[in-house]
Amino acid sequence: MNTLEIEDLRLTLPGTARPVLDGVTLAVGAGETVALVGESGSGKTLTSRAALGFLPRGAEVEGAVRVAGQDLLAMGARELRGVRALTVSMVFQDPRTALNPLRRIGDFLTESLRTNLRWSARRAGDRARELLDAVGLDERVLRQYPHELSGGMLQRVTIAAALMSDPALLLADEPTTALDVSTQAEIVALLADLRARFGTALLFVTHDLHLAAAISDRVCVMYAGRIVEAGPAGALFGTPRHPYTAALLASTPQVDQPRRRLDAISGQPPDLRTALAGCPFADRCRHATDLCRAEAPVSTAVDGGTVACHHHTRLTLEGITHHG
Amino acid sequence: MILRFLIRRLLELTGTLVAASFLVFGAVYLAPGNPESFLLGGRSATPEARAAIRAQYHLDDPFGVQYLKWLGQVLTGDLGRSVQYRSPVLGLIEARLPSTLLLISMALVLVVVFGIGLGWLSALRGGATDATILVGTSVAVGTPSFVAAIVLIWLFSVTLGWFPTTGSGEGFVDMVYHLTLPSTALALYWVGVLARVTRTTMLDEMGRDHVTVARGRGIAESTVIRRHVFRNALGGIATISGLTVSGLVVSTVLVEAAFGLGGIGDLLQSSVAVKDFPVVQAISLLVVALFVLVNLVVDLAFPLIDPRVRLGAGRTP
Amino acid sequence: MTTTVHRRPGFGRVRTRRPWLYLTCLFFTALAFGVAVAAPWLPLADPNLADLGAALAGPSGEHPLGADEAGRDVLSRLVLGSTTALFGPLAVVCFSTVLGVAVGVAAGWRGGWLDSVLSRGSELLLAFPGLLLAILFVALYGDGLLAPVLALSLAYLPYVSRLARSLTLVERERPYLAAYRVQGFSGLAICLRHLVPNIAPVVLAQCTLNFGYALLDLAALSYLGMGVAPGTPDWGVMVNTGQSAVLQGQPLSAVIPCAAIVATVVAVNVVGEHWADLVARRQR
Repeated sequence: MNTLEIEDLRLTLPGTARPVLDGVTLAVGAGETVALVGESGSGKTLTSRAALGFLPRGAEVEGAVRVAGQDLLAMGARELRGVRALTVSMVFQDPRTALNPLRRIGDFLTESLRTNLRWSARRAGDRARELLDAVGLDERVLRQYPHELSGGMLQRVTIAAALMSDPALLLADEPTTALDVSTQAEIVALLADLRARFGTALLFVTHDLHLAAAISDRVCVMYAGRIVEAGPAGALFGTPRHPYTAALLASTPQVDQPRRRLDAISGQPPDLRTALAGCPFADRCRHATDLCRAEAPVSTAVDGGTVACHHHTRLTLEGITHHG
Repeated sequence: MILRFLIRRLLELTGTLVAASFLVFGAVYLAPGNPESFLLGGRSATPEARAAIRAQYHLDDPFGVQYLKWLGQVLTGDLGRSVQYRSPVLGLIEARLPSTLLLISMALVLVVVFGIGLGWLSALRGGATDATILVGTSVAVGTPSFVAAIVLIWLFSVTLGWFPTTGSGEGFVDMVYHLTLPSTALALYWVGVLARVTRTTMLDEMGRDHVTVARGRGIAESTVIRRHVFRNALGGIATISGLTVSGLVVSTVLVEAAFGLGGIGDLLQSSVAVKDFPVVQAISLLVVALFVLVNLVVDLAFPLIDPRVRLGAGRTP
Repeated sequence: MTTTVHRRPGFGRVRTRRPWLYLTCLFFTALAFGVAVAAPWLPLADPNLADLGAALAGPSGEHPLGADEAGRDVLSRLVLGSTTALFGPLAVVCFSTVLGVAVGVAAGWRGGWLDSVLSRGSELLLAFPGLLLAILFVALYGDGLLAPVLALSLAYLPYVSRLARSLTLVERERPYLAAYRVQGFSGLAICLRHLVPNIAPVVLAQCTLNFGYALLDLAALSYLGMGVAPGTPDWGVMVNTGQSAVLQGQPLSAVIPCAAIVATVVAVNVVGEHWADLVARRQR
């Protein structure tokens, strides 16, 4: 059984012409790391939040979000709380706003265990010290307030807090974008190390392809609310099957090929206010045909992954080789 | 650190109080006519009475000396003598203090309970509850306490006959009963004010990321509201306590007039009417001192409410 | 740096996005001012004509809103009373705005010792509640509207000056003002021609809110028998004279001016809130 299974998730916001998430299917196996890659507005954050049972206000939902076999969308508030407290944890984008500024770090770390599992202060405190040690922080921070810590330290704190209940699944929503470049690498290394150590499944949301390649076993590429391509990280980057993946790779600078021309993807992602008939990428795709504009491609299984493109069998697209 | 802040804050406080007392004292010279006849309230007085006033305000000394001597008297509890009652002001105020103090305390309880309660409800429930409370508080902050008093008298005393229309009663229970309507009238405006401040600050806090994060960590909603929303809104609520207290004290003038209560406010009004300036002076000074004092307490308590505000860093948002 | 309108507590963000509410209140405010201006020319009964036979009479053709305990016509007193009830606060708002903007802009523009002196002064004034300062002035200068109007102008000055100061501090750093300075325009000319017009909308929203507070405070004073000269019909005075009739079970002559006060203040507040929201949105 997979730790997280999102099946045909369709989410429609009030006042929009097309679903903001359109048939998203995604699985994260036990202990596996999956990266969810896409531009801003592609729906990757919405997807990851759905895995925590967070849905936008007034949204219409279809499909299923199963964590350890249980459908979050069918749960009552109480059960959902239990899942959030024990099974799924999230590391948020900006650690500076993720902590209540008026409460001590120790309180933040132990709050969930103490209020939900009725752990004693001592037991929760011991657990907190253990995890602070795991993320490389001194236990002195337990007595400190968030404003006394740097962004990188705070992100370590939120990672420690996320692991307090030894969850089966960790969601990380762009956990490094709000940090300095130098701390970004540390946090990624820490996450990679910890999920191996604790055996936690990880869904890593990012817009950074290199980061995705470096940390994940599998990668899902999202575009306009759909997963256009999914597959093992190496294969997906080496031989992309979807023109969008290829275009994304071509627009990313590479250290080992500094002189290579970067191809920006022309045009804009489709607007939520207009309905889509065909493939969402058709308007920006070099290979698009009338078929693409008329009919939306379905996701087809290819070796090790899926791709949603009418022409994936006849296209040969250029990828990159990653030396991660 | 804390000691240095305390000393600095106390100095500032003393500065404000000294300046305020200077204004209140110097006012005598701003009045038309000479200070002596102004202080006598335009009454024709015996030479002895004139001499007494001159001595009391040290009118024969240079201005600066007059002020310092007067300030010295005030600091030792001598607030001057009432021209109307021919007795020390302090005694007059002391005699009226219990009734007014009870009135203000009852109003303060109402303000805190209903102000915060309604603001809380309004912020959490939304929808029709929120709309109703918003309309109610809009009217409340447009209603001066004497208007509230008239309407309450009409409804609950005259029409329903539940409460007495006048007087402050004997003994504690009876006093509380007599002061129920007055304290409600006094509290109404500030209940509206506090409800709005509570609602706004709580809504602001609810929109913060850390609240979403807490929910995402499976913390129970009631705990989230208590520990992360309301707790964080407290700072914004505390900032207006100085204004609330001094506003309540001044508005006792209106409520005591409407309900015929003999208290500090009533003393102030009658003293203005008969030009008994020493009494007006003393009460003004007390109100200003109270405002400054409440603000000092809030300032000192603020680091407990919000650890980001280090003592001495000020609490300007 | 906060540059939002300082809503004296109580006016935290009412959602006035309901335009019909705003328009109704705007219309009501305009109507009230129109009536107050036109009052002397309206065909009304003599507000001070006592007709003891009609004392506490209910509404009738002769007295559309009834008569008070001295038999004076409530409608005509209400309409004529609106003059002092509305123009008193208007004067307070004008004085406090002009003075407050001058003080605030000077403090923000110059900075240094001037800033600290003026800011300290504002803090000192804040320690005096408006009503108390007004009572103090009445005690000093006797009856008449001028003393309380001046007192309230002083009491509200800090609210305007703090706002103007913080706006000036922000505006001063804008490049276009630096450009004028480089071109050799004097500080005064830049302030008057460019800075003040630019901060005006925010200040205006603040003033509208101050109007409501001033109306409340002045009505309270005249209820206490301070402020307006004896014999002048005024809403606060009407509440005072109507009070004994309330005790006799005849609330109309007191409740009508009460309603006028509350309705006007609420309407003005809604308008002020709406403006404050517009300004806040525009600045975002």
